Amino acid sequence: MDGIHDLGGKHGYGKVDRQAGAPTFAAIWEAKVFAIMMATGAAGAWKNSDQFRHFVEKIEPAAYLSHGYYGRWLGGAETALVEAGLIESEQLSARVEQLGGSGGDLIAARPQLRGQSINRETPSVSRARTAQRDVDAGLFSVGDAVLTSSEVKPGHTRLPAYARNKVGEIVTIHGGWVYPDSNAHGLGEQPKQLYTVKFASSELWGETSQYAEANVSVYLDLFEPYLQSDSVNEC
Amino acid sequence: MNDDQKHHDHDHDHEEKSPQAIRTEALESLLIEKGLLSEHAVDDVIANYAQRVGPMNGALLVARAWTDAEFKQRLLSNATQAIAEYDFQGGQVDHLVVVENTPERHNAVVCTLCSCYPWAVLGLPPKWYKDPAYRSRIVREPRALLAEMGLPLDKKIEIRVWDSSAEVRYMVLPMRPAHTEGMTQDELAALVSRDSMIGVEVLEASSRAGQPS
Repeated sequence: MDGIHDLGGKHGYGKVDRQAGAPTFAAIWEAKVFAIMMATGAAGAWKNSDQFRHFVEKIEPAAYLSHGYYGRWLGGAETALVEAGLIESEQLSARVEQLGGSGGDLIAARPQLRGQSINRETPSVSRARTAQRDVDAGLFSVGDAVLTSSEVKPGHTRLPAYARNKVGEIVTIHGGWVYPDSNAHGLGEQPKQLYTVKFASSELWGETSQYAEANVSVYLDLFEPYLQSDSVNEC
Repeated sequence: MNDDQKHHDHDHDHEEKSPQAIRTEALESLLIEKGLLSEHAVDDVIANYAQRVGPMNGALLVARAWTDAEFKQRLLSNATQAIAEYDFQGGQVDHLVVVENTPERHNAVVCTLCSCYPWAVLGLPPKWYKDPAYRSRIVREPRALLAEMGLPLDKKIEIRVWDSSAEVRYMVLPMRPAHTEGMTQDELAALVSRDSMIGVEVLEASSRAGQPS
């Protein structure tokens, strides 16, 4: 989805606020969110990390920017719990007011009505330790020029917007990995070849851009369906 | 008083709780009532991630790579295999790639789409690794951003930014600081910061190096 989470290359976010020595959890509620995230997974409200990432992507965009990292996880966990039918939004909001919270506060979670989320009927629950899977040999070899997809998808995907429709070079072949675009939506693991692809800064931001430097490049890990052979550069 | 009560009392000390803190407590209480969350879960998280899992694992790997050429070779060619013997806990290192900083080439790591960092070697990342400013800018203007963060890199130095868009996790092997000959692996590990292992800091033999440990 073309969401607020897809931040690579965007302008306007200012200076990095590097809080030296900041603790792992700035407040106890952040550790609670971490525990809730794990319990929510154990309760079956999300079945794999692809699905949880997508729950976070779907939260209210202003909350995504203003609620901080654990605030985003809170929104993701609440969305997952409501969509799974394990809690009700009204029940939670009532409890918030009991604890002295205001009904007018911005809520990060934006659950769709139960059963309306995209194909969540048969999410994959893997017992495997990693998301690495056996697949047939891939289409591309190290050194190949590839063109990334220009397709905008409504669901979960791991091709960032800044790297859509760009030409890069295959630098590493990682073998088969669970495909997030299907796994996040209960459509199975559908493992695909994964490649590290190198992109020149001039390709990503434009040759005449002030961000184009001959010796600066970005490396992305991209699944085979995002890629096609770049015939122009190979001719 | 058990730990849980202490946490709750600590919370009550704050005059104003953020809406997120209140909503978290509300959700926590509902989940405990429904038997979906243990009352000890938050203490376990703090014990595990705030106290046990931290950047010291990564620092140990870096210090060993600086002093053991054979290990360094294994770490750079297949980090997942090279670290298997340690059995690090904490997750997010199922497929680890270590990239080496040299005088000619600088590597930096980010996750522009979410917040993917190798927890078991770096610990849980600090907030700013996951904030929009770092995520948006490091891919577009790494040299300018690093300079702004106190790491000016000569124009001649190549920069490679690794955007962790799948399950591969990246860690930077920083350059060994000068004037650290003769230091033990433990002393060297103490010099290695988490930030140097995502490539936003270059290590120097700090004042710590000159002090008796």
